[in-house]
Amino acid sequence: MQVFWFIVIALFFTGFFVLEGFDFGVGLLHGVVGKTDSERRLAINTIGPLWDGNEVWLIVAGAGMFAAFPGWYATMFSGFYLALVLLLFALIIRGVSFEYRGKREGVRWRRTWDRLMTLGSLLAPLLIGVALGDLLHGVPIGANQEYTGNFWDLLQPYALFVGLTIVLICVLHGSTFLALKTTGDVRDRAERLARRAAPITALAVLIFSVWTQVTINRGVIPGLIQVAAVLAAIAVAWLIADGREGWAFTMTTIAMATTVLTIFIDLYPRVMVSSTKAAYDLTVQNTASSPYTLKVMTIVAVLLFPVVLLYQGWTYYVFRRRIAPSDLEGQEPVRAPAGAAGAETPGPGAAEAPAGD
Amino acid sequence: MTKLDLARLQFAATSIYHFLFVPITIGLAFLVALLQTAWHRRGDEAYLRLTRFFGVLLVINIAIGVVTGLVQEFQFGMDWLAYSRFVGDVFGAPLAMEGLAAFFLESTFLGLWIFGWGRLSKRIHLLTIWAVAIGAALSAAFIMAANSWMQHPVGFSINQQTGRAQLTNIWSVLSNPVFVWAYLHVILAALVTGSVVMLAVSAWHLKRRVEIDVFRKTASLALVVLVPTALFAMMVGSRLGVIETTYQPMKIAAAEAQWNTCQPCSFSLFQIGGGKEDMTPTKIIAIPHLLSLLATDSWNGQVVGLNQLNAQYQQKYGPGDYVPNVFIQYWSMRVMAYIAGLVFLLGLWGIWLLWRKRVATAKWFLRLAVWAAVLPFFMNTAGWMLTESGRQPWIVQGLQLTKQGLSPSVNTTTVAISLSTFVLLYGVLAVVDGVLMVRYSRKELSPVPEMDDRGQPVPAMSY
Repeated sequence: MQVFWFIVIALFFTGFFVLEGFDFGVGLLHGVVGKTDSERRLAINTIGPLWDGNEVWLIVAGAGMFAAFPGWYATMFSGFYLALVLLLFALIIRGVSFEYRGKREGVRWRRTWDRLMTLGSLLAPLLIGVALGDLLHGVPIGANQEYTGNFWDLLQPYALFVGLTIVLICVLHGSTFLALKTTGDVRDRAERLARRAAPITALAVLIFSVWTQVTINRGVIPGLIQVAAVLAAIAVAWLIADGREGWAFTMTTIAMATTVLTIFIDLYPRVMVSSTKAAYDLTVQNTASSPYTLKVMTIVAVLLFPVVLLYQGWTYYVFRRRIAPSDLEGQEPVRAPAGAAGAETPGPGAAEAPAGD
Repeated sequence: MTKLDLARLQFAATSIYHFLFVPITIGLAFLVALLQTAWHRRGDEAYLRLTRFFGVLLVINIAIGVVTGLVQEFQFGMDWLAYSRFVGDVFGAPLAMEGLAAFFLESTFLGLWIFGWGRLSKRIHLLTIWAVAIGAALSAAFIMAANSWMQHPVGFSINQQTGRAQLTNIWSVLSNPVFVWAYLHVILAALVTGSVVMLAVSAWHLKRRVEIDVFRKTASLALVVLVPTALFAMMVGSRLGVIETTYQPMKIAAAEAQWNTCQPCSFSLFQIGGGKEDMTPTKIIAIPHLLSLLATDSWNGQVVGLNQLNAQYQQKYGPGDYVPNVFIQYWSMRVMAYIAGLVFLLGLWGIWLLWRKRVATAKWFLRLAVWAAVLPFFMNTAGWMLTESGRQPWIVQGLQLTKQGLSPSVNTTTVAISLSTFVLLYGVLAVVDGVLMVRYSRKELSPVPEMDDRGQPVPAMSY
């Protein structure tokens, strides 16, 4: 049962990075692929209906840790305290910027939210990536499962590199998503970006794979799934050049999933490695909840999760269409939340001054 | 300030802030769903315009509610490590269920609702807003189940080996009497909040005499929802008080600053003094028997005083001071109850005007209704202070003291940095949200959206 819940949590993190990964990528790239405000809006609207539901994967991963492995949750969240404050800051400014950037006109308002969105989309995957790297590489943990280090102990080279790798995959994943979901200039730029980012990302994943093997003392030759991750990242360059965006996106999905899974597979049966002493490692056994709790949680998850997958999948089906610049024409969210495309002639300052004042 | 003070302050500040947005989200989600249902049923386009109008207000608030909810989930582990370890087995389960059962539902369908205009059929699109409302209400259910367990722990045993609480019966946790009544209370308060805000916005437009026929509809809807929910919220709250007298007598005794046992007990409208140094406060206007009635549900019921309770607790749990902050208890209870009363009276006044068909022209009523928008937020905050501060010094009633729940490995500076970060960030967000809320509340109602050939509004409301 403990093993089952470790797998569940690993899958939730993987699902989170696969789904929210391209949202992070789009958040990072919207300023690069979009030269004008409407192009940036086009990019953001590709993930508009999806990002919020995707982020819940992280929330459930966290809550699942709390419920199934309270010892892991407690040590990790208190140990990574300041990093988590920073992560919350990133997730907050990012989430709010999606909703608020379109709520007013004005270049300064939009640019501010654009910058916050980019910053949040950079920091969030970087920090979670660093945290995952720390779990595997080990941080100072004492005899009572207490974190004994400080904030700077978290910034070890291997962990930082995991963070960087994850960010790079997010960039690649985001650009193949944009190539798949947009038309026109935005699509062209996204494709160019994907072709350039693919070799760099593949190199990073390769280094990550070797470094991970070294970290866990298994020589230098990466395993099968790491090789798959590298190949998937390289393949993107050809697939995009070939105009097969769907396949390119599938490849970045594979690259992301295998990279995140690598960490969890190498972690098991530990959940958090102690750099102080191997005997102090946190494991699935010494941090887990009681069998009764795990049983209750399993029943709930087995009953509900397929339903969640069903309606989230349906969301992707509903919004499967590419978004063209013409879709957004006349639909300034500020002026016409009612979608009165062109029907309403916006008076000067209609959005700026409270109407009628 | 000690680490304990800072950690408590951080939890209090972030929770209170989070709960400014939760009730308005739940309340408005149901009201907007009702508006859209009215459009669907009657085909009156005014309801479509209103759905869109209030939908924007809903979305502005959900955004902050969602992101600040994240902080809550993380904070248990960050500041309250010992607590998380001690209760994770019981307390984590409802949180995880909340994510799976409610949060996925709310977030996914919110995206579908915002972006689904014209892409989904009218009927399915209507279902999405109901899914959002139900998801929001369900989410509150699991959180309240977890919180109620801290007020009155049930369905668990203490593992002798690990010394930790262990879940033994999930049904006891989900049928905890404190949970059932507190959850009803919260949902009713959320509906009160949503309807007062809707009433206030409608009143502002009616006062300016634009779109009278349209905003009269939302004013009526808000009033029709407000009056019964405010009444029931007070009744359920009073029932909850009786239950808490059984499980958390300190909380109720402190809410009256009742230091010594009384029978029958009077309720003071307000008083001077009553703190630890002044155990015989000057009650201004005392209503005989009312406290007995509120706390014990009987005319001559006995309320055990704080001194007597403290002696009992010392015998049971060892030496210490088990009295919560009396000043906070006394005043938060009154702020909550008095505002609920005020809002209820405003609602009755509105209903009377509605009946006389004068609601759109009653100047003073409209003027007051606009300002009433801020009241529910004070009411909700006071309610939480009453229940959470009243649990002190316990983090889990009778099982673990708040000071024992802290993270030993976290130092004071870290908490201070984190607290200041959140205060600053939340402050800025409050200003932005406030500005946007006022701006969008005062915006002119958009005309009927363009319809496509299927009679549906064209896709819109994108970012």
